[in-house]
Amino acid sequence: MTSHFALMVVFALLVSTVFAALLRDDPRQQIRTGAYMFGVFLAVALAFGWLMYPLPL
Amino acid sequence: MTTKSTTVEPTRVASEGTLVLVCLLAWALPGAGHLWLGRRQKAVVFMAALLIMFGIGLLLAGRVFSMDLREPLVALAAVADMGLGIPWLLTKMMGAGEGTVTAATYEYGNCFLIVAGLLNFLVILDAFDIGMGRK
Repeated sequence: MTSHFALMVVFALLVSTVFAALLRDDPRQQIRTGAYMFGVFLAVALAFGWLMYPLPL
Repeated sequence: MTTKSTTVEPTRVASEGTLVLVCLLAWALPGAGHLWLGRRQKAVVFMAALLIMFGIGLLLAGRVFSMDLREPLVALAAVADMGLGIPWLLTKMMGAGEGTVTAATYEYGNCFLIVAGLLNFLVILDAFDIGMGRK
């Protein structure tokens, strides 16, 4: 698998899972925190991807 | 006049010796420290997620760095890789994790391996906090 996006998604999923388990004790809160973190990971990565699209100028 | 303290002192769950053992277990196998402390759900999550990360890192032709103090960044990466205990040790003993610099996924593999090790350091600290009664 060499898709940058797919690897980033897998990475974001695993890291957000670990952080959610570290930060929250209640399973429902863990799922919410993990999903939020995962979403932010993807949103920031996509935003930076588009910001860098015109580079090098 | 006496003043009452409102801070609640944390009650230790484990003795000092047990704490050391918990930290060593947590280092050796991700989640093992939590399992010892009875936090099964968290233990399973840490074990699965970190071992999968480590495995993916190896599959992506990442390198398990060896300590080389002449190269500060390599030394830091080696310390991060060491965070995963037994999986790291087994990889080194088997001669795996040499990495393929020319592979397109080499840097991704390194990223997965390094982050897995660093996350396990956080997991060790979490187990320590639970043992100290802070969580």
